Amino acid sequence: MYDPTVARLTYRALLGKRRALILGALPLLLIVISVVVRALAGADDQTAVDVLGGLGLATMVPIIGVIAGTGAIGPEIDDGSVVYLLSKPLKRPTIIFTKLIVAVGVTMVFSAVPMLISGFILNGNGQQIAVAYTVAALVASIAYAALFLLLGTVSRHAVVFGLVYALVWEALFGSLVAGARTLSVQQWSLAVAHKVSGGELVTSDVGLTTATIFLVAVTLGATWYAGQKLRSLTLAGEE
Amino acid sequence: MAIDQPLVPQPGDQTRIHNIGYRNYDGPRLGRAYARRSLYSQSLRGAYGLGRSVKSKVLPMLLFVVMCVPAAIMVAVAVATKAKDLPVHYTRYAIIMQAVISLYVASQAPQSVSRDLRFKTVPLYFSRPIETADYVRAKFAALASAMFILTAAPLIVLYVGALLAKLDFADQTKGFAQGLVSVTLLSLLFAGIGLVIAAVTPRRGFGIAAVIAVLTISYGAVSTLQAIADAQNATNAIPWIGLFSPVTLIDGLQSAFLGASSAFPGGVGPTHGEGVVYVLAVLGLIAATYGLLIRRYRKVGL
Repeated sequence: MYDPTVARLTYRALLGKRRALILGALPLLLIVISVVVRALAGADDQTAVDVLGGLGLATMVPIIGVIAGTGAIGPEIDDGSVVYLLSKPLKRPTIIFTKLIVAVGVTMVFSAVPMLISGFILNGNGQQIAVAYTVAALVASIAYAALFLLLGTVSRHAVVFGLVYALVWEALFGSLVAGARTLSVQQWSLAVAHKVSGGELVTSDVGLTTATIFLVAVTLGATWYAGQKLRSLTLAGEE
Repeated sequence: MAIDQPLVPQPGDQTRIHNIGYRNYDGPRLGRAYARRSLYSQSLRGAYGLGRSVKSKVLPMLLFVVMCVPAAIMVAVAVATKAKDLPVHYTRYAIIMQAVISLYVASQAPQSVSRDLRFKTVPLYFSRPIETADYVRAKFAALASAMFILTAAPLIVLYVGALLAKLDFADQTKGFAQGLVSVTLLSLLFAGIGLVIAAVTPRRGFGIAAVIAVLTISYGAVSTLQAIADAQNATNAIPWIGLFSPVTLIDGLQSAFLGASSAFPGGVGPTHGEGVVYVLAVLGLIAATYGLLIRRYRKVGL
């Protein structure tokens, strides 16, 4: 199910110089802001939750997920070079699975690690906040990567749709319509984080059971469907 | 040049030049200004998907509708309830809808320039009479106009609605004019930032992600820091932090000079003195993006 060559190629495509630049800049910014906030405000649990939740989990993780998830397959389909990969004697689901592993790995490294560092800078992991948000970022990485990888195989405008989901659905509708929060990767991962921290600061609108079922279902469903989609892929011309 | 070559063939050489009747073009040449205008109008149409496939019309049109519908609803409510004033100020509208505006510029800026880079058509443009500056000006103006249409249309809806609801004419016209100034600056600023980022990458998808990352992350970071400064009672720091993201720049500028109520935490916008810094920052950024684009196209145009 896992092919090291495909993985190596995907890593190289994902961490090419400009992509690596923006992938690295976002986490760096989070850490810099944490340092500034700590210097300005001192160690405070609520502030830590605001920064890690509002900036980290709500904005940074989805954007890194979009870049890594769609970037793992989108450009190849876009410029047609995916046919060279598809013509190799590899099962299409294997290709998808390998790319998913790479995308998940990249998203985790660039989102969960800075989250942990920021958490420790902000309040020294008081009330398990740093660990809770790191777990949330890890869980969200898996779901986001699977979801956006699927988008990458379905549409040429995967990045736009991914961003619409992450920014408009989760952020805008999520804050206006309570029901939209049930269908939000961010809330599912927060439910897991809530269980880990056990505190009152990290909360979610979704129960742990619902969240786990949704997370597993979305990840598995998206991966399976992306594999199916790749089996019958047709290369269209520009637009 | 072969002019100095003797046309008399060498003995034994059978090479001849035959006149096979090709004609020179002697019609009117429309020139540089015409080429620039065409590039402008094509880019502007392209920003709304006109003259492109149905698929590429969907997103810009959808965003345009999403931009206007809340304004129409507000107007309907104001007319029906005979309100004394519109629920939202003209200047505030773009700040509320910033996610839509960001998505629009992120999706259309790469569409405008990245594909030219990717398919290496840029040198073809420069084989026409236009210069680097013409290309950059046409693209910049086209995207800024498209953004202006996107942001000014809901204001027009609000204004017409306000007049229909028989609100105070002078008051509404003043607010409408202030709103138009604010969205003009916003359009220029966002178009500049979007184009600079998009012109660096030939990958459309990556360009979109990069533009949206710059716009939303900077806003997220700035508003987080402002909220914390507000909680710490460091209200002096709030306007200075606001200088570091495009949305808060526009917000600060219009609350200093255009009579808008600030969306900053605590509702305290910059003073007139600080507002001057905001104006300089906005104009400086627009000029800087233009300069960067010229520099970039001097390289890739070859």
